[in-house]
Amino acid sequence: MTTAVQARNFDEFMEGIWRQNPVFIMVLGMCPTLAVTVSAVNALSMGVATSFVLICSCALVSLMRNVTPKEVRIAVYIVIIATFVTVVDYAIQAISLALYDALGAFIQLIVVNCIILGRAEAHAAKNPPITSMINAAGMGIGFTIGLLSLGVVREILGAGTLFGVSLFGANFQPWVIMVLPPGGFFVLGSWLLLFSWWARRKEVAKNV
Amino acid sequence: MSTEIPVSVSKTTPTVAMVRTLGLVSAVCGLIIVGAYQSTFDAVADNKRIALERAVFKVIPAAKSIVEFLVLPGGAIEKKVGASDTAVGALKFYAAYDDTGKLAGIAAEGSAKGYADSVRLLYGYSPDCQCIVGVGVVSMRETPGIGDKILVDKAYLKNFVALDVKLNAELSALANEVKTVKHGTKTNPWQIDAIAGATITSRAVGRAINDSAQALLPKLVPGLDKIRSKP
Repeated sequence: MTTAVQARNFDEFMEGIWRQNPVFIMVLGMCPTLAVTVSAVNALSMGVATSFVLICSCALVSLMRNVTPKEVRIAVYIVIIATFVTVVDYAIQAISLALYDALGAFIQLIVVNCIILGRAEAHAAKNPPITSMINAAGMGIGFTIGLLSLGVVREILGAGTLFGVSLFGANFQPWVIMVLPPGGFFVLGSWLLLFSWWARRKEVAKNV
Repeated sequence: MSTEIPVSVSKTTPTVAMVRTLGLVSAVCGLIIVGAYQSTFDAVADNKRIALERAVFKVIPAAKSIVEFLVLPGGAIEKKVGASDTAVGALKFYAAYDDTGKLAGIAAEGSAKGYADSVRLLYGYSPDCQCIVGVGVVSMRETPGIGDKILVDKAYLKNFVALDVKLNAELSALANEVKTVKHGTKTNPWQIDAIAGATITSRAVGRAINDSAQALLPKLVPGLDKIRSKP
């Protein structure tokens, strides 16, 4: 019995990390994905902030799912999500103003991140709190991994550093376009290419 | 012989239930937001103060403490109290004092349009030499590797060791406008030698300093004696 529950929970958790990864498979939430991933620290912070909002709002939406009439559900979700975004906004200001300035308007824009509203509508509104929190945690970590994959590549190529630590010494000529907006598209495109090539290869191998 | 039109009465949600849920959500969320605001208030205020001090100390190295002042449109200088909004037309500046409580310099903010967005900067003004003794960037979105050289280019930063901003005899404006000139053509102490390849950003810095100094210094200098020692 417990193993069945555990297996289901694990499945819920892994859904967001792999099978339905928000960045690489569902291609959701592209606005912060492209905009804040100029460095690994920014990417990680944005991922953690989004995960926090995702987990907390899914928990609250799920707790209230039986008293939420469907006519007012969108309003309820938005109010709940906006609340936790405000909390994150204050928390980041309290932790580091430099980080707050680096992330800019994208903290507030978590309100309209479609991953979060999508999870609230598609999962949290139909499942008990624990299950939806596990699912949300998986999605959040999946999103963070997606952001980090971009942030790490862009920081290494565009600035020659990783988490602010210089990698190649003083003679490295940074590939500046990688930290500019076009670099975001290049790196995202390369990752998507890699993932679909891999998925295609697996499919072909299965059919043979 | 009228046939009644069948009204499809599906199960409708009572109004009370909708209002109740929305009220409940608003109450819970309101509590969470106020709680978060209250519990982070001190830390956020501390962070802002530390960031400001760090920025001012960078442009006026001798500074040990700062006091915020306002210059009112009439020319009166008064200490800024609390976080209240500044009055219309009032200019804000920071007076920096050394460890003996003597005025070490004045820091003020200026901004001008750069290549990508406005470049906001903080500059340090020394009343003794009537010149700018340091510049720091508050915020900018200039191209990495090109426009952001204004932070690191050594030759460029030399412009702000003693950039002349003397007032004219009537104390109504700067004697010489701060001007950014093409790389390698600086001849006067009020000129800024631009970075080759980053002229637009270099010019924005010059304009930001000029606009802010033109507005602030003619009002500030006559009343400077009042703030010579720490209030």
